[in-house]
Amino acid sequence: MARTRRTPPASNQRKREEQSYTDLAREPDFAELKRRYRRFAIPATVAFLVWYVTYVVCNNWARGFMDTRVVGHVNVALVFGLLQFLSTFVIAYLYSRYADRHLDPLSTRLRQRYEKETGR
Amino acid sequence: MTPLLVPLAAGDNRVLTITLFLAVVAVTLGITFWASRQNKTAADYYAGGRSFSGFQNGLAIGGDYMSAASFLGISGSIALYGYDGFLYSIGFLVAWLVALLLVAELLRNSGRYTMADQLAYRMRQTPVRSAAATSTIVVSIFYLLAQMVGAGALVGLLLGVSDPTVKNLVIVGVGILMVVYVTLGGMKGTTWVQIVKAVLLMIGTLLITILVLAQFHFNLSELLGAAAQNSGKGQAFLEPGQLYGKDLVGKFDFLSLGLALVLGTAGLPHILIRFYTTPTANAARKSVLWAIGLIGAFYLMTLVLGFGAAALVNTAKGSQIATTSGNAASPLLAQAVGGGEGTLGGSVLLALISAVAFATILAVVAGLTLTSASSVAHDLYASVIKKGRASERSEMIVVRIAAFGIGAVAIALAIPAQRLNIAFLVALAFAVAASANLPALLFNLFWRRFNTMGATFSIYGGLIAAVVLVIFSPVGSGTPTSLAPTMDFAWFPLRNPGLVSIPFGFLCGIVGTFISKDTSSQTRYDELSVRSLTGAGAEKAISH
Repeated sequence: MARTRRTPPASNQRKREEQSYTDLAREPDFAELKRRYRRFAIPATVAFLVWYVTYVVCNNWARGFMDTRVVGHVNVALVFGLLQFLSTFVIAYLYSRYADRHLDPLSTRLRQRYEKETGR
Repeated sequence: MTPLLVPLAAGDNRVLTITLFLAVVAVTLGITFWASRQNKTAADYYAGGRSFSGFQNGLAIGGDYMSAASFLGISGSIALYGYDGFLYSIGFLVAWLVALLLVAELLRNSGRYTMADQLAYRMRQTPVRSAAATSTIVVSIFYLLAQMVGAGALVGLLLGVSDPTVKNLVIVGVGILMVVYVTLGGMKGTTWVQIVKAVLLMIGTLLITILVLAQFHFNLSELLGAAAQNSGKGQAFLEPGQLYGKDLVGKFDFLSLGLALVLGTAGLPHILIRFYTTPTANAARKSVLWAIGLIGAFYLMTLVLGFGAAALVNTAKGSQIATTSGNAASPLLAQAVGGGEGTLGGSVLLALISAVAFATILAVVAGLTLTSASSVAHDLYASVIKKGRASERSEMIVVRIAAFGIGAVAIALAIPAQRLNIAFLVALAFAVAASANLPALLFNLFWRRFNTMGATFSIYGGLIAAVVLVIFSPVGSGTPTSLAPTMDFAWFPLRNPGLVSIPFGFLCGIVGTFISKDTSSQTRYDELSVRSLTGAGAEKAISH
């Protein structure tokens, strides 16, 4: 059983788990995993939030620009909206590829070590 | 939702529609009874045994998220207001990146059954779980009320009845169904109901989309041109400004709405607990990818449905679409592309889309009821009241009693709420989720110093700020469409509180953390960090 509560008595098993977590936290592999995760997740989050807020702001305060026709009845506003869809799909795909290649191998290795040390 | 003046269906059509509705009820109940025989442990009941694949959970997330408000509301809003109607769906979709990048996997690894499991991981249990349960229940009830009032209006519309007694009966019926799904089927039954609904919704929407596009030679510009012309507004129909941002207050209001939509999704408890149903964090990630693909494709299709309705159906003042605030747009469009009123094709498609809309409501209310009942049983009963000493058996009894309680409360609130203008409730649920839940979740995962007082401050602070600001906004009083139209105590100009309440929620978390001298939460930060990133010690799937 996992401990999501703090009440259970500190059995030997729990001590082993705590020790293993502490050891893993100091592991260079873990620092690397954390660094790799944050290096993708944080800039990507900032980027899509800025991109989305820009779109919202343009709807409010750049109507002349948004009303410009691109082709036929399709205007900048609609293209900008559809690009929000495209950027969402692209970021999601890139993150998934990045996580499969650069995060999962490290996290699997660390998890296996924990399972070996704690027997669960 | 406005009361209906003219019912849609008549005669033979009603028989067909009722038959399809009953088929939806029969299939979903069948799934529920099947699932009830598989529920053996608490992990089965709360998390579906954590045995759903990424694809299955992706479909279920879609089924949980694409509410009747999305299906009928967004296409209807586009039919009436053109381009501006599309803006809601963009916020709803982009929001999934927050869930994908910052929340889904980390939550899957560190939580168990409820949102509070994660928030209370390294905190004092009683205060944090009480706060998280309060916010879970408030958000879910807001969302649930909007769905149930919508169900009354919708079934009235689709079956062609405008009698208030029938609408009340529909609300009671939906309430009873959701309690049955949740008490018997638990997460497993609810998930399968959501999967079936998602498949029905995607097929139905795709069918109508293709039929609409075929009428315009699969040329988007031609469709837009016809929509602009038939709307009577010309090119302005395709430009920003028909619905949002008419004056400066309106512009800030729209910005406020946009922030709540994009930051709210990753704090919605009924979405968060879906991540617990997968066996690993990798599967949770895959499920969000599937969800983004499905939800994105769905919103792109609602764009076609909305402009299609504007082009092909009467949306002028006094038309059925206008008097139902747009909710009739998709069903009437289905009838039109099927051959029109009185034709077999038109009747079949209208009945089909109506049944899909009904399935949509049922799946969403089931998810919301399960979420609140789980939080009552697992957070309030087992942890706060029994201090973690409740047996699993008693917890499983309490969760079912709680589902009945939530159902009764939802019915009791939804019946009188029909007379009120409650269109703001879904946006408010997103605003509370973004102001109360998201700050606590992110601080807990990424800020070592964060502690119990910080968590309770951010949850209660964000929750109270969002709700109080809405009460004292034009939504509460001062305009003919307010909750209290004859009074005027509005001093906050924006209808959407997010612009103020979201930063306030984050600020409360920071202030609470620094006021408190409690540093005990820091000792388990490393553990939470290792566990959330690697899955070491995370809950495993149940194999029967």
